[in-house]
Amino acid sequence: MAKTSKQFIQDLPKIYGTYTGGFLLFIIVMGIAEKMGVSGRNIGLMFVGFTIFIYALIGWISRTTDVDEYYLAGKKVPTVFNGMATAADWMSGASFVAMAGGIYFGGYTYMAFLIGWTGGYVLVSTLLAPYLRKFGCYTVPDFIGARYGGNFARFCAVVILLIASFTYVTAQITATGSIAQKALSTPAFPVSFEFGCWTGLITILICSMLGGMRSVTWSQVAQYIVLIIAYLIPVFWASWKFNLGIFPHVMLGDEVTRLAALEQQYGLTKHTKDVLDAAKIPNDALGNATSLKYIVAGHSAVPAGHEVAWRYISLALCMMIGTASLPHILMRYFTTPTVTSARRSVGWSLFFIGLLYLTAPMLATVSKISLMDPNLPTAIIGKKIADVTQIEWVKNWIAVGQVRIVDFNNDGILQLNEWFMNEDVVVLATPEIAGLPYVISGLVAAGGLAAAMSTADGLILAMANAISHDVYYKMIDPKASVQKRLIVARVLLVVLGSLACLMATLKLTGILGAVAWAFDFAMSGLFFPLVLGVWWKRATRSGAIAGMICGLAAGFAYLVWVGVPNKDITFFMGATPWKDIHWIFVDNLRFGIPGALVSLITMVTVSLVTKPESKAVMDMVDEVRISTGKTVIR
Amino acid sequence: MATPKQEAHWQATKRLMIITLVIWFFFSTVVFMFAADLNSASFLGYKLGYYMTAQGSMLAFIILIFWSNSRQEKIDREFGFSDEDREED
Repeated sequence: MAKTSKQFIQDLPKIYGTYTGGFLLFIIVMGIAEKMGVSGRNIGLMFVGFTIFIYALIGWISRTTDVDEYYLAGKKVPTVFNGMATAADWMSGASFVAMAGGIYFGGYTYMAFLIGWTGGYVLVSTLLAPYLRKFGCYTVPDFIGARYGGNFARFCAVVILLIASFTYVTAQITATGSIAQKALSTPAFPVSFEFGCWTGLITILICSMLGGMRSVTWSQVAQYIVLIIAYLIPVFWASWKFNLGIFPHVMLGDEVTRLAALEQQYGLTKHTKDVLDAAKIPNDALGNATSLKYIVAGHSAVPAGHEVAWRYISLALCMMIGTASLPHILMRYFTTPTVTSARRSVGWSLFFIGLLYLTAPMLATVSKISLMDPNLPTAIIGKKIADVTQIEWVKNWIAVGQVRIVDFNNDGILQLNEWFMNEDVVVLATPEIAGLPYVISGLVAAGGLAAAMSTADGLILAMANAISHDVYYKMIDPKASVQKRLIVARVLLVVLGSLACLMATLKLTGILGAVAWAFDFAMSGLFFPLVLGVWWKRATRSGAIAGMICGLAAGFAYLVWVGVPNKDITFFMGATPWKDIHWIFVDNLRFGIPGALVSLITMVTVSLVTKPESKAVMDMVDEVRISTGKTVIR
Repeated sequence: MATPKQEAHWQATKRLMIITLVIWFFFSTVVFMFAADLNSASFLGYKLGYYMTAQGSMLAFIILIFWSNSRQEKIDREFGFSDEDREED
């Protein structure tokens, strides 16, 4: 067993190299099939079906009955592969499908997410990952439980983990469902959104149930390879096709400048709310799937003023600190062979994440210039509306309500602010806009699905493991046999997955709010108890408990108080209208700031007034701080 | 209790942590306090403020992590707390 698994680790580059080659070959075969007249729908179906089959196969091959394998993938995931798995774990359906669209419409202010969703890894690598790995815990609450002692602290951490992860996972299932629905539907056999969700969930469960962390790890690596190929190919291809440069990342300077000139020419004119309401443009503050947007923000302009700077920085800070507190990310670093490799694999994670995030602004640039630049054959802005509505891709997206044209000034010419589009369309439609073969669109659908599924996998596993290990095994039945523990863990996966799927199919995501909330919840409750657990010996159990409870409560209370603008959720009815509290510019996306501040203050104060922890705890912290020696627990 | 060697190792680690976080703070926060002003300069043909948010800071983070890790590994080796050649199972 030990020998074969070592052989397996050594063979990994070969295995995934073959897999990547096979996938590229599959893309070429599909391209030939398209030339030979296979319909676009069937190609999409093949892409989604083929990749889902591969993930399920990996999940099945990696099945295990060993606790260390189930929770920690046997602690032998090599540095670089763990980096890839973390990148897939990290990049959600939203990163893949919505991020470039967000940049497209939001410009500079939206790009705070780019900084926020990458900078946090510096915190993970310096403050947490190596020390948590040295600890040898199975889950994040396991660390809290062992460092501070007592079931109550452990339980608080489990609750925060569940709140943060559940907020996040429903959005992933929704994304999986809508992509699967689009890909699996045929005119003769239309498929419902619910069917898409449940099909996605079954595959997600096959990837995680049989082998836990081990299955999830190896399918996440496979999913990363699919999603990064799917993201990069269209951008490079479109950039070559329009002669924008061989390597878009360093060569789009002219196009970015040109966009600024075109914005001047066409004008960035904002509509009033009444005009939009009269035209019945769906608009949802939480970025609901049906909302349509038009370009008002400059592509590369940075608005001046303290307010813009503070809003940008505060959002980036929330996302960064949230990153360093999200359990499904931290637990990936428990699976590396050594402490040093845990630290190194954080660097690789960010490298692999960067490949996509550095490309997102370039994708937005290529997509926007191909619609706006009158010198390109694909341009639509400034053309006759009657002609534009005849274009194939415009027709298709209008039919499903994701694109709309409203001729406000009745001149029959499409102006910049008369073109409405859903954010997701930017990524999904760029291949069609640029006139690339349909095979690329199929590839992009498979990539989006891989991104959503891999994140959902990690999140559901994090939740199920926290309940099965921390609540069931550590609190309820410490004498449970290995067999029984693994059965409980698997039943929980199914229950939690189904619950998330139910929420998605009932379209309750609006209530759960934005993905950003998951980061705020995690940072409000977990960041300081985790970091101070390693970096401050004086932190005590009571301090940590106070920090977790007060931080979460303060963050949540602030969220309820500030409410969500333009959104009638009666549950979150902010007693104060949004406009009255603009003095600090901390809105519902940034409630982690008050949450984490309260958490820090209460944790430090309570720790200082309570008795220092015992010598055993001090020795344990000393032990955690060095890389050598056995893991601290077990 | 921590041995003097452990104590010295932790001091060096803490110093590196502070340096790393200061650089991190610069690229994640300070730069964006002045992004509007930076936008009048240009880099690779991009406006600098735009470039920093689209690529610059992210590249800085990646380099920073790899640099800081190599420094940390050096510290670990210096005090004899390196686990790099540890048997993997």
